[in-house]
Amino acid sequence: MLLLQVDMAFLIEKILLITVILFGSLGIAMYATWGERKVAAVMQDRLGPDRAGPFGLLQPLADGLKLFMKEEIIPDRSTKFLFILGPCLSMLTALMTSAIVPWGPDFVAASGHIFTLQVADINIGVLYVFGVVSLGVYGIMLGGWASNNKFSLLSSIRSASQAISYELPMGISLIALLMMTGTLSLREIVQQQHGFWADGYFSWNFFKQPLGFIIFLTCSFAELNRAPFDLPECESELNMGYHQEYSSMKLGFYLFAEYINLFVSSAILITLFFGGYNFPFMDQVATGLNSPILFTLICVLAFMTKVICMILFFMFVRWTLPRFRFDQLMKLGWKSLIPLALVNMLITAAVILLFFNKP
Amino acid sequence: MGIYDIAFWILTVIAIGCALGVILSRNPINSVLFLIATFFAISGHYLLLNAQFLAIVNIIVYAGAIMVLFLFVIMLMNLNADVEPQKGRLVQLAGVVSGGALLLVLLAALRTAKYPTLESTPNEIGLIQNLGKVLFTQYVLPFEISSVLFLSAMIGAIVIGKKEDSTHSA
Repeated sequence: MLLLQVDMAFLIEKILLITVILFGSLGIAMYATWGERKVAAVMQDRLGPDRAGPFGLLQPLADGLKLFMKEEIIPDRSTKFLFILGPCLSMLTALMTSAIVPWGPDFVAASGHIFTLQVADINIGVLYVFGVVSLGVYGIMLGGWASNNKFSLLSSIRSASQAISYELPMGISLIALLMMTGTLSLREIVQQQHGFWADGYFSWNFFKQPLGFIIFLTCSFAELNRAPFDLPECESELNMGYHQEYSSMKLGFYLFAEYINLFVSSAILITLFFGGYNFPFMDQVATGLNSPILFTLICVLAFMTKVICMILFFMFVRWTLPRFRFDQLMKLGWKSLIPLALVNMLITAAVILLFFNKP
Repeated sequence: MGIYDIAFWILTVIAIGCALGVILSRNPINSVLFLIATFFAISGHYLLLNAQFLAIVNIIVYAGAIMVLFLFVIMLMNLNADVEPQKGRLVQLAGVVSGGALLLVLLAALRTAKYPTLESTPNEIGLIQNLGKVLFTQYVLPFEISSVLFLSAMIGAIVIGKKEDSTHSA
């Protein structure tokens, strides 16, 4: 059977790449917690963590150690298996999406071997993201239900209904984008946004689909359970949210999965709308440098810079906007975002049909 | 036995085992979880058939949306093994009889059925480009009619929801 032949060199290359991406996302998520606290501190005119190491840079390590050392408590009346499965699923789905992000362009080594900085280029790329996102809610739902606590249950049901409601406008806003790109593969979508300026217009999708981007961004806030849509962990109503009964590293997993989600969804947003690893004048830089490895590194650096800007944007919003009420959240999703996304899709379709219809 | 066959057998065992788990487990939550695992195994089979689009749509629609709603309803009603209503003897007997009749029909149908073997050449129909082209040219009428069916189901759901709302407020 030719469909699944194992090639050792290929396998080792991919395993290396997966390991680097895994630890990279964990590291960035760790420092995102530090960044969040620093951003909050700056915006509230405080200092933030500054005791552990220079600028408090060792604070995430101290936090992690603390969570590991805490006593592990599993509530007596909980469903034990699901109680443990909940945080595991959260972590798993958070890490799974990074498999299809193209982190940088291919580079050809001196031996002629082509290295791709993407774990898997599947031809259903964007749909894979949706599949994983739609599974992400299970971790929260199962954990919340298994805790056998009314607040946890309420919070997990909130989270599920929020995720289902916002998946629809998210999908519809992406349809408009996909009609333009004509492909689902994230790698091709990035390649189409080459450089910054092409054929008399910006090449990044943000400039072609501004409304689609705003809808997608709003939905990502809701899918990430981040303020202003962090109703599943709304302290004023639900004590703490779906992870109320959790302690020790299981709680750590839930909190950490959120930051990994933040990082990965920023990466997806950048890939879809802000040109991925492309940057202005990249062709000139490539010919000027004449070193494919260095060029690839610069591309990865450009990508990471954009991703970090996106994460910072998410944080600024969190510490700026107050929390919505749950009925307002639902009204926004069903009565504003879905019609808006549909209109955006229709306009995009009409424009493509009238002006870009290549027979 | 190549890696393809190994993957096929592992997926098959998971699919059948989890499908049995759905009907054998007492707790409705466990049933739902087994059903989700079954959907994943079936998606794996789609992948082996090179039908990536079907595989991911199966996960998005069934595992990601419909099963979340199932879980939702079960959690809200807080169904448990001990609150499950016990069925009477007569109902149990009726169940056995109808199940046996179904088995008979299936056996009769399967006895004469032909089993076409899977072609070993990679088949591209499950990829999204080909599927889209086929759906929007050859099968465009059934496709549109089924979309009208879904629309009517959606409108029906809204009508039912509205009705309940008006009686509450009145």
